[in-house]
Amino acid sequence: MYSFDYQKADEAKAAVAVLSANGDAKFLAGGQSLLPTMRLRLAQPSALVDVTRIASMKNVTLDGDKLTIGGAVSHAAVASNADVQRALPGLADLAGRIGDRQVRERGTIGGSLANDDPAACYPSAVLALNATVVTDRRRIAADDFFIDMYTTALEPDELITAVEFPLAERAGYEKFRNPASHFALVGVFVAKFKDGVRVGVTGAASSVFRPAELEAALSKDFSVASARGVTISPNELNADMHASAEYRAHLIPVLAGRAIERAMSF
Amino acid sequence: MNAPEQQKLIGAGVKRKEDYRFLTGAGQYTDDVVMPQQSYGVFLRSPHAHAKIARIDMEAALNSPGVIGIFIGKDMAGENVGGLPCGWLIHSTDGSPMHEPPHPVIAHDKVLHVGDQVALVVAESVKEAKDALELIEVDYDELPATVDTASASDAGQPLVHDSVPNNVCYNWGHGDKAATDAAFAKAAHVTTLDIVNQRLVPNAIEPRAVNASYSKHDDSYTVYVANQNPHVERLLMAAFVLSLPESKLRVIAPDVGGGFGSKIFLYPEDVALTWASKKVGRPIKWVAERSEAFLSDAHGRDHVTKAELALDKDNKFIGMRVHTTANMGAYLSTFASSIPTVLYATLLAGQYTTPAIYAEVKAVFTNTVPVDAYRGAGRPEATYVVERLVETAARELNIDPVELRRRNFIREFPYATPVGLTYDIGDYDACLNRALELADVAGFAKRRDESKQKGKLRGIGYSCYIEACGLAPSNVAGALGARAGLFEAGEVRVHPTGSVTVFTGSHSHGQGHETTFAQVVADRLGIAIENVEIIHGDTGRIPFGMGTYGSRSISVGGSAIMKALDKVEAKAKKIAAHLLEASAEDIEFTNGVFRVKGTDRTKSFVDVSLAAYVPHNFPLETMEPGLNENAFYDPTNFTYPSGAYVCEVEVDQDTGETRIEKFTAVDDFGNVINPMIVEGQVHGGLGQGIGQAMLERCVYDDSTGQLLSGSFMDYAMPHASDLPNFTVETAKGTPCTHNPLGVKGCGEAGAIGSPPAVINAILDALAPLGVKDLQMPATPHRVWTAMHNAQRA
Repeated sequence: MYSFDYQKADEAKAAVAVLSANGDAKFLAGGQSLLPTMRLRLAQPSALVDVTRIASMKNVTLDGDKLTIGGAVSHAAVASNADVQRALPGLADLAGRIGDRQVRERGTIGGSLANDDPAACYPSAVLALNATVVTDRRRIAADDFFIDMYTTALEPDELITAVEFPLAERAGYEKFRNPASHFALVGVFVAKFKDGVRVGVTGAASSVFRPAELEAALSKDFSVASARGVTISPNELNADMHASAEYRAHLIPVLAGRAIERAMSF
Repeated sequence: MNAPEQQKLIGAGVKRKEDYRFLTGAGQYTDDVVMPQQSYGVFLRSPHAHAKIARIDMEAALNSPGVIGIFIGKDMAGENVGGLPCGWLIHSTDGSPMHEPPHPVIAHDKVLHVGDQVALVVAESVKEAKDALELIEVDYDELPATVDTASASDAGQPLVHDSVPNNVCYNWGHGDKAATDAAFAKAAHVTTLDIVNQRLVPNAIEPRAVNASYSKHDDSYTVYVANQNPHVERLLMAAFVLSLPESKLRVIAPDVGGGFGSKIFLYPEDVALTWASKKVGRPIKWVAERSEAFLSDAHGRDHVTKAELALDKDNKFIGMRVHTTANMGAYLSTFASSIPTVLYATLLAGQYTTPAIYAEVKAVFTNTVPVDAYRGAGRPEATYVVERLVETAARELNIDPVELRRRNFIREFPYATPVGLTYDIGDYDACLNRALELADVAGFAKRRDESKQKGKLRGIGYSCYIEACGLAPSNVAGALGARAGLFEAGEVRVHPTGSVTVFTGSHSHGQGHETTFAQVVADRLGIAIENVEIIHGDTGRIPFGMGTYGSRSISVGGSAIMKALDKVEAKAKKIAAHLLEASAEDIEFTNGVFRVKGTDRTKSFVDVSLAAYVPHNFPLETMEPGLNENAFYDPTNFTYPSGAYVCEVEVDQDTGETRIEKFTAVDDFGNVINPMIVEGQVHGGLGQGIGQAMLERCVYDDSTGQLLSGSFMDYAMPHASDLPNFTVETAKGTPCTHNPLGVKGCGEAGAIGSPPAVINAILDALAPLGVKDLQMPATPHRVWTAMHNAQRA
């Protein structure tokens, strides 16, 4: 690891000011991806600004049909929050199965979304639930947020302060773990709203995406059989030492079906 | 004086003496050793699989803060530092010796694999060393690489070593080819399999580490190193590489966090640090990072095999023919040449009476990390060949795989196999029958139907393994090409108060010798186990011994200690006889008490110990004072642990995900000293064997030679959640006939026996779909692909 400065920010504005002034500085929002990268000397930020102590980013609030999770809320806190469990149990369930216990205590929703690992769990939920990413300067719709692998709509010095989730009638997540990393080899989040179903798929392609065929089928019939009846094309899907594109394509409807079973179980 | 209660430490599950220090953070591993004026080394490693080193510019690096010195291959070559030796000479079928290309400590002309050492940077801190390392400029002229095992010797493949035609290290043959071919000519059925026994990365929890220092005071070196056999390390480094008398090099292998074979070998880093410690006049420490371990620890397995089994009309095995290509990697590691030969082909009889067996092994060089012994070392590969062949034959002939095994079991001992071993004893039916019972094989059909109702496929598979352990009779090993003896040494030093320190050449890196060996000694001398201390791992303290690998510690190391105890007892009896004014023949020794037979005249072990060191009343004219004996034990045969494993799996047809529902292991280890430790050894072995069967795979890019599975993100180590609750039982067993404790060894059994049981079970589950073969590891993706392809076919 290269040497770096460590700073704690008490409010979002101060944290952003540091990054605006110093192009080589980065936010530290749990560090579960950033710190291992730094340990391998693959990243060399001059300074880390710890945003996990910013009080305004640590709240979870349920207001009518909107659930707001602060950017610095840990996965463990989301998983165990009574409001999340009541309003969006599928989201609490997802958070409770990210990584391992240690990762869930440190990692945060804002950190995960800003990093945008193509196999991370949260992006599938944010996309499927049509959430809004709230930053220090604007509001970004989920459909506009995820650009490509490790690439989001965020400016370099832009800080995710909260994520707003509309409440779904039903929502559930299922992932098939990569045998080595236990990241999602494929993960599928299904969300049923009054006016249709949205699906977010992670792990299978260079970025989280919405499979149109599956959304169309599930909007007509939100059932396991309906999910299993869909064929996903392997074109554009990842192929690597762990799985072929065909296998990933096969898993998407299978996992969508399981996600529906989970969604119906809450 | 009454005799104390008979102690029964042998056979008791005594809690491990060493665990207190490990669990309270008081273990002392190599990285815990900090010397005065400590400096730190890091290695610049090749980013290319095969390249000429055109130029190295170290100027900026040398001027980097904290740098003490930077050493490259040219520096060592200029000082007559030798290459690393290989400890086992194999001859090809044409009589020619194997190719032993140079194995430089630091590469100088060419780098031969990704991770090959290019420079050693020594600095005041690891960080400063790494900062400097990044400033070294190396110009490489990249060369095409040979990576794939099966095609490494094909015409036109790039040569790894210019001196080795076709990349072939040796072409070795074993067994009676003519008799085997004749058996196949008259066979009623032949089963053929193409097997890839995939490359594995050992991944001991403690990465390799070295802390080397040079003392001007007496012109000597002290090297702390995470190693399984410090005397072997010293001999190889002193005699073959640095040309030092052994007395000038002390090797200490302190607490070591797992080896699995990977810490047997003399590694280039060990030599480089030792040599450089004199250059810089400072102790140098290097601790491998995990990603470095992936690129530099000797890997395991990596065989590509075509195997055939011939059966007659009564389903008796009449012949076995095996052709294996074994990947040596870029250089010959310390014992690499012996693993796919003498530790492999000699085991191809398994538990069966197959009368004719012939094996050919072609060892090839590739631009990959060297391959050497890894838990089981050759024997898992052999067991996998035999047990996959047997079960595949049963499936093809539509007979019960248990019945086929029973029809071919060896039942008369001693039994001389056609591949050079003589099994002294065993009872294969007993283990198999007990395993069938424990695994409730009778209830399998019902469980399979229940799975089917859930839409899942259930299968059962077996493996009846044998291994040759207790390496090894030195003369046999020598005849097979070993360049070292394979005895073990032990010294029993009785102190004046009757407490005992035992010095052993065996080394514990997780096995629990400090407890097991103490149980043996305390039982034998009738003293409290707390009064027995086991010392290992320091050439400055222990006698010359060969260390721990091949499940040899209790059978060879324990036997050496037993021999030394014989001598202690004999001398102690003479001392007691003097004190009791009787003749030594009339003294009996039980439960720590010397007694004149048939009388109540006794002396305690403490009385005798004290008399030995305070010899006021002592027959000094006929006997030396003291009670301190050492012994060397060279076994007369290998030991042959065996067992029967049953694996039951459930396969999810939707995803190919396979769960092991039950795993039953019944092992015959002969006599067992500490059943708790033995059970733990079996658990660990099963974890590694199941890891190979279902998860682990070292993957190189075939064209570039880049290691694709270079971290735990891509190399799947078994998690606890991947493993079932094991049902493990040690059979009453057949004690080894030729060592004093009747022990056979247990360290590798689980890793040897389990992979074929798992794959046989999965293939049994998939058989209804028409799946006939599956390579390890049986990942969900592979299982699904096999199902998918079978359904399409």
